[in-house]
Order: sequence, then C-alpha cells, then structure tokens
Amino acid sequence: MAAFLRQSLIIAAKDLRSELRTKEALNASLAFSMVILVLFSFAFDPSSEQIQEFSGGLLWLVYSFAGALALNRSFAREMQNDCLDALIASPAPASALFVGKALANYGLLLAVELISLPVFGIFYGVHWTQRFWPLLLVMLLATWALTTIGTMFSALTVNLRLRELMLPTLVYPLMVPALMAAMTLTTDLLGGTPLNPENMIWLRVLVAFDFIFTALAVVFVDTVLVG
Amino acid sequence: MNALEIEDVWKYYGDFPALREIKLHVTPGSTVALLGRNGAGKTTLLRIVAGLSKPSQGDVRILGADVRLESSRRRIGVLGHGISLYDELSATENLMLFARLYDLDNPRKRAHAWLERTGLERVRDGLVREFSRGMRQRLAVARAFLHEPELLLFDEPFTALDDRAIAVLQTLLSEAHSRGRTLIMSTHQLREALELATHVALIHRGQIAYAGERRQEMLDDAGWLYRTYGDN
Repeated sequence: MAAFLRQSLIIAAKDLRSELRTKEALNASLAFSMVILVLFSFAFDPSSEQIQEFSGGLLWLVYSFAGALALNRSFAREMQNDCLDALIASPAPASALFVGKALANYGLLLAVELISLPVFGIFYGVHWTQRFWPLLLVMLLATWALTTIGTMFSALTVNLRLRELMLPTLVYPLMVPALMAAMTLTTDLLGGTPLNPENMIWLRVLVAFDFIFTALAVVFVDTVLVG
Repeated sequence: MNALEIEDVWKYYGDFPALREIKLHVTPGSTVALLGRNGAGKTTLLRIVAGLSKPSQGDVRILGADVRLESSRRRIGVLGHGISLYDELSATENLMLFARLYDLDNPRKRAHAWLERTGLERVRDGLVREFSRGMRQRLAVARAFLHEPELLLFDEPFTALDDRAIAVLQTLLSEAHSRGRTLIMSTHQLREALELATHVALIHRGQIAYAGERRQEMLDDAGWLYRTYGDN
C-alpha cells in the first residue's frame, strides 16, 4: 500500500510539475470558466431572486465544462513521445498511474473552481462565504466525482482522434447523479440553507458516487490501458 | 530457466491475425535480432513481451513469471519508437522520475551517472524540449538502461540515431551482453543487428519463419535469411 501511494504521488507530482511549466490545461480551463461566467451574467439579471434558484446549476455547469478541458489533457499528455508506454512498462501498477493522474487533476480542478467562485459571487451577487465550509465539502466531493470519471475516460479516449469531443459526450451522462447532487446542495448552501436531514441525502449520493466510481476505475484501468 | 518464453501467442486486430502461433524461447545472455518486413508483426510482438499489450491467446513469461507482474516489469527495459520522455521536464527530472518509479536508491545520483555515461552531463538541467534529436535519443537510451534491466527490449534502436548515439548504444549493448543481460531488438538494419546478435528470429506475416542461432551465411549475405525463409 505504501508503494502504491508513493508511486501515485510520484505520478501526481510529475503531472503537476509539467502543468505548472506549460499551464496549458490551467489557462484554458480558467479562461473558459471566466468567459462563461461573464457571458451568463449578461444573459441573466444578477439582481433577481431567480438567480438564487439556479446558482448551483449554473456554477456546476461552468465547473464541469471547464473541467472537461483540463481532463482532456490528462492522458493526452502521455501520448507525446509515447510516454505512456514507459509508464505502463514500469513497476507502477496502472491503478497507481490512474490515482496519481486523478490527484493531479483534482488539484488542478479545485484551483480553477476556487478562483472562479469569488468571480461568480461578484457577477451574480451571490453570498458564497456564508456557508463556505459546507460548500467546500460539496466542492471537494463533487470535484472528485468529476475527476474520477474524467480521468478514466481520458484514458479510454486517449487514442481517439475526436477525443476532445468524445470525453464530454461520455462523461456528462455518467455524471448526472453527482451533478444533480452537487447542484442541489450548492443551490441550498448559496441560498443560506444549511446542510440538514432533507438535503443530506444528496451528500450521501456524492459520497457513494465517489466511492463506487473510484473503486471501478482502480479495478478496470489496467484493462483500459493494456487491453 | 529461459529469459523469455513465448507460447502459442496470437494477436488479433479485429479479425486480422497480426501474430499467429508465435513460439519463441530465449536463453539468458542471448542477443536476439528480431527481423521481418514492415508489418510482419515485430512491434506487436515486442509490445506484448513488454506488457504493453495483451495477447489474444497464448502466454508470455519473463524469467518464469507472468509479464504483467510487477517483479517482471522491474526486469525489463523498453526502448520503443518514441523516446518516452517528457519535453517539459529536464533531463535529470526525467531520469529521476523513472528512478523513483523503479524505487532505485539515490535517484539523483543514479540519473547524473547515466547522464554522464551518455554524454549529457552538461545539459542535465536543460529541458528535453530544447534538446537536439540526437540528445533526446541518448537520453532515451539512458532511461531504458537506468534500472539495469535483465531483459532489454528495443524496437528499431538504431533508426534515426546520430553517430554519437549509435556509438553510445553499441557500447552499452556490448556491456550489457558481457554482463549476461538478454537483449531482443527488432530492426531493419541487418548489418548492425547481425553483428551484435547471437540468435535470430525472423517473423514473416505474423509467424516465426526462422528462430535459431545466428549463422555465418547471415553475416556473409544479409539477404540470405529473407531469401531462404521469407518471400524473397
């Protein structure tokens, strides 16, 4: 287990170091989320009460679209110079490769989300700080869901010519339960409603989703990468 | 125990059998030249032996163990068509990454030692994307040898190498051979391959057409093997 974690962290550190040098995924993802937030602010009246009702949905649409851009690069980065072959041939199991890449993607997506959140608050007049810690919990759980599914499908679509198109097409339908949970909880929290027995079911959905899809990805990633 | 045992391996791409009933046993310390025309199945076979692809049927064992076991992967060094190095990392960072994945002692020291052996010590902190083609290839050779593998799998190692990289590679291969390492290399460069090889395997249309010791006829006339066991 220690070796597995060590190998995962080596992969994660490598991915983050590469990303910080090129900033390809970070810049694309961040710029996209800012543009969408600005454009949507023109479409809706930020002062209306209605904004509270779909604030969670809007925010997670932005996060998931921006996330797809970053996740697309995850395994595509390994195709340059056939780096994936050297990683698969190394003693690191495919599952450690997956977890390492997922951790790097997770850090990247969280960074984009945490930068976008105050911008969202400013443009839409949403008080995101009033329930910040429960909101952060929802972001952590839902972002892991997006990361797990996205990283897995990034591996699956890496050899496809239309992978930029295929990744969102495959990821979003599977993400529906997690996105529904994240949107509902975020709307509640941004509206000032705390976590309560009524909306806790959505939190459980997120936890279950994360657990199930992480386990499935870890089990099947070797088949996806090696065949 | 054989260094490599390939038993009745088939590989299909759709309905097309890229490899058919491949059977090959390689003894430790051998240098095998894996020859064949383009599309014969050399790369497919090497990828299966390296654990990068699974056979549709059959079994591959490295020193008696399944190729996908961690212990087997530790014993393999692979040099494929790509250099398998990250452009945005430095030469040292690239080698340290793989040294850590192979859990080698003192990764930095090991990386620097190999950079010196391949003549790259002066650019050890330079990013790979700034390297010339020859420098990248030498670094790729260093990566393949870094963990001192017992079985070396090289797919057309001499293709597009510059003179210096060829010299480095030939030196390292000779050293590896003298230390009892096993080498399997696919190549179109018959002369270089046959000079190094102790054994030859010829793949023709996905099947082993010849597998055995290198013979004098092969050195005297590089085309002899193809004329005798291939189409022409």
